[in-house]
Amino acid sequence: MSLAIRAEGLVKHYGETKALDGVDLEVPEGKVVGVLGPNGAGKTTAVRVLATLLRPDAGHATVGGHDVVKNPRAVRSLIGLTGQYASVDEDLSGTENLVLLARLLDHSRAGARARAAELLEQFELTDAAGRAAKTYSGGMRRRLDLAASLVGNPSVLYLDEPTTGLDPHARNEVWAVVRKLVANGVTVLLTTQYLEEADQLADTITVFDHGRVVAEGRPDELKRRVGGQTLQVRPTSLRDLDVVQRILGDLTGVRPTRDDDTGLLTAPVNDPVLLSTLVRKLDDAGITADELALRLPSLDEVFLALTGKQTEGSLA
Amino acid sequence: MSTIALDKGMRHGFSLAWRGILKIRKNPEQLMDVTIAPIVFLAMFTYLFGGALAGNTDAYLQMLVPGIMVMNILQASMTAGVQLNTDVSKGVFDRFRSMPIARSAPLIGAVLADIVRYVVCIMVLLVVATVMGFRVQTGPVELLVAVGLTIVFGLAFCWASVFVGMLLKTPQAVQGMMFVLIMPLTFGSNVFVGTSTMPGWLKAWADISPVSLMADALRGLLNGGAIAAPLTGSLIWMVAAVAVFFPLATWAYRKRV
Repeated sequence: MSLAIRAEGLVKHYGETKALDGVDLEVPEGKVVGVLGPNGAGKTTAVRVLATLLRPDAGHATVGGHDVVKNPRAVRSLIGLTGQYASVDEDLSGTENLVLLARLLDHSRAGARARAAELLEQFELTDAAGRAAKTYSGGMRRRLDLAASLVGNPSVLYLDEPTTGLDPHARNEVWAVVRKLVANGVTVLLTTQYLEEADQLADTITVFDHGRVVAEGRPDELKRRVGGQTLQVRPTSLRDLDVVQRILGDLTGVRPTRDDDTGLLTAPVNDPVLLSTLVRKLDDAGITADELALRLPSLDEVFLALTGKQTEGSLA
Repeated sequence: MSTIALDKGMRHGFSLAWRGILKIRKNPEQLMDVTIAPIVFLAMFTYLFGGALAGNTDAYLQMLVPGIMVMNILQASMTAGVQLNTDVSKGVFDRFRSMPIARSAPLIGAVLADIVRYVVCIMVLLVVATVMGFRVQTGPVELLVAVGLTIVFGLAFCWASVFVGMLLKTPQAVQGMMFVLIMPLTFGSNVFVGTSTMPGWLKAWADISPVSLMADALRGLLNGGAIAAPLTGSLIWMVAAVAVFFPLATWAYRKRV
């Protein structure tokens, strides 16, 4: 299997901050690799290096066999970039944005208009084609941004947090588009803060933290390491906390984490059936709960499990 | 650079200039921002001080309009830096840079679109001035030369704006900085008043400032009178501005994008 992207020992410092601190990354052709990490983990810096927008301080990277520093032009003819912030011109309409990019890619006037119409159709933006991009909803903007990155039929696509700030409906739309592209053989490097997104789209996941790769693997491998789901209980009365902690501990075989301030007890579970068992046992003991839920692991928990420390956001 | 690459660079530059012109059409108020200040000054100075300064407002208007054209073009040339900075901070440039186009194309595009902006600005100003009573005393050829010269002046000084635009972080900072630079440059000249009553140090500067010399050259072209000396002076200033700010601007541009 040949590699579309290969990066070795990428380093990028901004003064004291090590945005990238020796990153290795391999993306096989036609696959989706998800880069998962909190804000400031170095995800965007890595994408900018691989998209020839930023020179690494050390290390090297090739895209489609071309060095990103020595031969950026060859790399640029292969890639499409969808930035973390939609990088279309807000004043221009959907059509104008795409025609401009097609013209810059040396399409003829008529060819550019045809390509724009084709992409607008494909992304279901035909009705809004003549409107300024600033009037688009978040999801439409992101779709236009995706369309813009596809004008030149790239074989490698960078999606830098493509769904950050989108509502679930718009997020699903973007996911559907990405799946379609992958089905057509496009290689995708996806950065995201959401485990679920990486899980949905990526063949393998690379976890970044403070400019380093802290874990790599298929989504199911990583999830196993994180420990599946979590059971949360908050008894109505704090006096019941000891009893509930014992019940939950007996049930899961793990000592539950306990927050005395909020009265929340948390324990990892592998079997969802335990939820109903817990309800019955609490009922038998005559204890009521304000909160009782089965949750998927959050990014915080992935991080806690993979790095042994909290993400910066959850510390605050 | 080979001729083919250069040709491509220009073609991409034209495509990006088309974008700039589309933006002018969609946001005319942005253009008004830079045109309105000179028009306010034109009206204010003519009707408030014109009589006191030149005996009557009509005579003052004839003296003031060429000077205000210089002020106007400097204000308009400020937009290049603001626009480029906006593109960089909004991520539009990242898209262009991730494409196989010449690095200079966005810069070429911005400057070409500027020419259109300058023409519109000067036209608006001249129409307002004519309504107020300004009359070209010479002829259409002189008028055309004056307009052309003003545009070239703007193009020469827009590199300062591009330089500042690439150095500062936000478009607002660029706008503020350019305003701070342009205001003293415009007022410390013979645009509004003659330099004879200024203190020695200021007069020394105002007599040789690019704004004064350019204003005098335009007065010669539009009202009749000496042209050669102020024109030579302004051309020297334009060459100097390009010699200093073009390398600085392209250096800052390469560093930023």
